[in-house]
Amino acid sequence: MKLSYFPGCSLDGTAKEYGLSTRAICERLGLELIEVPDWNCCGASSGHSTNFLLGHALAARNLILAEQQGLDLVVACAACFSRFKKTNIVLKENAELNRKMEGIMGIPYTGGFEIRHLLDVICNTIGLETIREKVVNPLKNLKLVPYYGCVIVRPQELTQFDDEEQPKAMDNLTEAIGAECLPWSEKTDCCGASLSLTRVDIVKKLARDIVDMGKEAGAQAIITACPLCQANLDMRYGEDGLPVFYFTELLGLALGIDGNTWLERHMTDPMPLLTSLKLVRGGGDE
Amino acid sequence: MKVITITSAGKKETVDSGFAERVQQKSGKELRQCYHCLKCSAGCPLTFAMDWTPNQIIRMVQLGLEKRVLSSSTIWLCASCETCSTRCPNEVDLPAIMDTLKEMAIRNDMRSEQTVIQVFHRVFLNCLREYGRLHELSLLLSLKLLTLNLFEDMMLGVKMFAKGKINPLPTRIENVRQLDLIFKIFGESKRSRT
Ligand code: SF4
Ligand code: SF4
Repeated sequence: MKLSYFPGCSLDGTAKEYGLSTRAICERLGLELIEVPDWNCCGASSGHSTNFLLGHALAARNLILAEQQGLDLVVACAACFSRFKKTNIVLKENAELNRKMEGIMGIPYTGGFEIRHLLDVICNTIGLETIREKVVNPLKNLKLVPYYGCVIVRPQELTQFDDEEQPKAMDNLTEAIGAECLPWSEKTDCCGASLSLTRVDIVKKLARDIVDMGKEAGAQAIITACPLCQANLDMRYGEDGLPVFYFTELLGLALGIDGNTWLERHMTDPMPLLTSLKLVRGGGDE
Repeated sequence: MKVITITSAGKKETVDSGFAERVQQKSGKELRQCYHCLKCSAGCPLTFAMDWTPNQIIRMVQLGLEKRVLSSSTIWLCASCETCSTRCPNEVDLPAIMDTLKEMAIRNDMRSEQTVIQVFHRVFLNCLREYGRLHELSLLLSLKLLTLNLFEDMMLGVKMFAKGKINPLPTRIENVRQLDLIFKIFGESKRSRT
């Protein structure tokens, strides 16, 4: 199966491990990702925060380029995903913006394709059945809490793949790869990532509250599907935080892919945990 | 539309009965149905840091307290997390309204206590205008220089660099012409002085 793919700035920068593990698992699962050519930053959050039209125009250029590929679009970053979903609607409703964008790009936009989050594609298109069959290294005894954060699932009428207050996709995936998924209170609480470079004091408090609740629930690590959440929880807790994984990294390990190039990039070192549970070979010292 | 001056807590304040209408027009979102059930404010993760709760902002817009709203910290601290908008019984789209208020604040040169956030947005967009993509290192350096906050996060930055999370050089998109046109057509005509 072929999909048009928008990596976004984070997956090329602070979230390289998400980008690398996404490519690796998609290849293993038979998903061919065709990168949107010459994509630009979707503008989140400064674009939409300060200039409605500029915010949508920045996202629109990517949507117009993606439509040319004639495939459905998969997005791995929660913020880019949310912006594209919104801009898709605005472009269809706002004839003037649509016309101006056509003038700039020389191509019209009809929006005749699906925009989906990677988590949705993995859980609902590839399917948990297939994943269970392909797991060669079940993540036994690994206790996880699933952290969805804000805009992957909210608002439901926009994101269209899971419940906005009690999402289940990542819970089910966690179990499909052999790990244990624990119930907890912070599943969909916001980590405040849009303030991570400006109000470190606020973001530290939010991240600490979330990670502390994870510890209280008995988790050894957190599983996420957003580069901003992962970075925030991984970096802002300080000493003795919990390792924070992308779902793609853990899925990759379960599928038997060597994950050292991803795992070595974490700020909170996940190797002691993974080695103690015998889930990786070599413990990262290769 | 009517503008009157009132005195509240010993301070003179302007009340503009057309403000709510302008916010609704610009955002395309209804806010008159808000009946102040406080569901938004109860679930908002940022209220502890805000000067006004989200529903208080809506109330002040309804009342026409333009200056107070546009100089508040709340509009800049809203993280667009959509918790409030998914729970509101009256479908008030608070994050979209907060975005409109920020845009109005910039256009009216309104300052708040959140200067650093206002500077951040400007620096971020300048980076996009230049490269079309985010380059964290340029962004961080300009932000730290402009806000004279050079040492916060320095150790973290060094560690991130060592882990290959920060690219030393920016990547520029190829079609710079389209990027220039987008900024020319939709970008700020008037630059904010924050
Ligand atoms: S939840 Fe909706 S109706 Fe209730 S106070 Fe907030 S904006 Fe108003
Ligand atoms: S969108 Fe803004 S106002 Fe609403 S809950 Fe989130 S931070 Fe609070």
